[in-house]
Amino acid sequence: MTQDQPVRGPTAVPAPSAVPRPAAERAARLRAQGLTLGYEGRAVVEDLSLDVPDGLVTTIIGPNGCGKSTLLRGLGRLLRPRAGAVTLDGESLDRLSTRRIAQGIAVLPQAPTAPEGLTVADLVSRGRHPRQRWYQQFSSGDEQRVREALAATGVLEFADTPVDELSGGQRQRVWIAMTLVQETDILLLDEPTTYLDLAHQVEVLELVHRLNRDLGRTIVMVLHDISLAARYSDHMLCMHDGAIVASGAPDEVVTADLLAAVFGLAAHVVPEPVAGRPHVIPLSPTAAPAVP
Amino acid sequence: MARDVLSVPAAAAPSAIAGDGAGRDADARRPRRGRRLRWLLLAALVALGAVVLSMLVGGRPSTLAEVWHAVVTPTGSVMDVTIRELRWPRTVTGVVVGACLGVAGVLVQGHTRNPIADPGLLGINQGAALAIVSATAMAGALAPLTQALLAFAGALVAVVAVFLVSTSARGGATPITLVLAGAAISSLCTGLVSGIVLMDDQALDALRFWQVGSVAVRNGSLEVIAPFLLVGMVLAVANVGALNALSLGEDTARSLGVPVPVARTVGILAITLLAGSAVTHAGPIAFAGLLVPHLARALVGADYRWLVPVGAVAGVAVLLLADTAGRVIARPGELSVGVVLAVVGAPFFVHLARRRRLATT
Repeated sequence: MTQDQPVRGPTAVPAPSAVPRPAAERAARLRAQGLTLGYEGRAVVEDLSLDVPDGLVTTIIGPNGCGKSTLLRGLGRLLRPRAGAVTLDGESLDRLSTRRIAQGIAVLPQAPTAPEGLTVADLVSRGRHPRQRWYQQFSSGDEQRVREALAATGVLEFADTPVDELSGGQRQRVWIAMTLVQETDILLLDEPTTYLDLAHQVEVLELVHRLNRDLGRTIVMVLHDISLAARYSDHMLCMHDGAIVASGAPDEVVTADLLAAVFGLAAHVVPEPVAGRPHVIPLSPTAAPAVP
Repeated sequence: MARDVLSVPAAAAPSAIAGDGAGRDADARRPRRGRRLRWLLLAALVALGAVVLSMLVGGRPSTLAEVWHAVVTPTGSVMDVTIRELRWPRTVTGVVVGACLGVAGVLVQGHTRNPIADPGLLGINQGAALAIVSATAMAGALAPLTQALLAFAGALVAVVAVFLVSTSARGGATPITLVLAGAAISSLCTGLVSGIVLMDDQALDALRFWQVGSVAVRNGSLEVIAPFLLVGMVLAVANVGALNALSLGEDTARSLGVPVPVARTVGILAITLLAGSAVTHAGPIAFAGLLVPHLARALVGADYRWLVPVGAVAGVAVLLLADTAGRVIARPGELSVGVVLAVVGAPFFVHLARRRRLATT
């Protein structure tokens, strides 16, 4: 099988709409208020408040260790708040059962692992868990959902292939399919493009874009590549030392000043030629000599 | 609106990224389920054959007709008594212990995500041994039933200790804290047992006979532990969905709505009741709990909805065949099932290990 080839559509992939949709006029089902999160004695995120705009793609960026993943884990109740609360439809996650939350929010943790030999269809069908009861394990309705998710993420042909035989990009699409069959309106993705080459990163982000555009999913993700984040997001948050230091449309957040202040990176920010979104060009006195 | 696209029949759904065709036909998953069902039935058939063999083979082999006679129209002949009073209870013990160890092994490897885990890892055998030797050292030789129930109590206490230690760690009972706490408590028990038997010969004798592990022992404990065993089986079955999710990692399991601490507790309780019942009834039988899960995974893959039932019947088959073989190999004497399993099981395990990578938990 040509599994290392990113699968491309017959025509050019649709570029994200050139104009990001504004977050201001959106309602927010998922919110954080005065949220403090941490491990052991250390608070990583402190007194943070945030509205996740419904129906948009929101991306969290920030330097290593700034608390991006911690915040995402908090939003997905993988980490219990020390103070403050995350609310879904006004109700604190602390007061909802983990199963009830799983029917509203799907979380894809960073670098998830599957047991060896587990097939794609088997893995994806485990996403039905929050919709099942122990006495009715797997119905034909579940099976239909699984097939639809496999089709929607473009991995239907691998249904019976062991997950560990797929390429990184395919594997990530399979995991996303597993979160899709949960049938939640909100999808939290923790660094879904980590360890992928550029083509596979684009492949995953195109999928995210379609899930948002075609299926209306609200998506929050953590990304490292700021230019890709700007390209595929409606709304962006930049974190620094556990606080949100900038939020808004990509061209409001991704600026040379912000990169210098938060990342300590000297860079030009220019509009990229396809969709006009901000694009980061790092500057370094020692790197490539200026082209004559 | 959100689900509009998903409600399109799969075959017609636009796969905008994937330029692939319709994929496999609509029944792609059916054959897999059928294959698993076939393996389950085949394993059940082998287990049934093992039951019959176990009734036939003994110091003096009997024919099917003799077994039939003993079961349906017993007249009190020597063979009738042999079959009814010796082989039948022994076979029942084999079935019970095999099913318990098979299921407990599947669960313990699932919860620890560790392919070399067996129920003994949680300190069950060492706890039972400690209870037996300490009671013998204090009170002298024990009646068989007393000894069995002490073993059960000891196993329970050991696992509770392991569980408490591992949950007191940051982040609760994870695979790693469970294995570490199990190793610590096991070592502690082993140390105490060694100390006691050095000072007390009677305790040493009790330990030696108990330690071999045999389904020929009849200590009358089955009736007493049956309710615990049944509860253990029910908990094991109730745990399969959570185990399937937990095998994807704790974060994924939690995001799939599994209350992780509850699922761990249910699983460990099931392991304790099942493996505790086995050790109570037949002593510590090494290897079955390690071997059977691998056998089950080789047959039906990594789905706990299938692994638990297949583990149960494969456990029955393995244990009874080993016990029956033990009666044949060393005529006129016999080898206990624990010895046969270790001797035959080890090469088989090596074969499995060479044939497929073992990391499948």
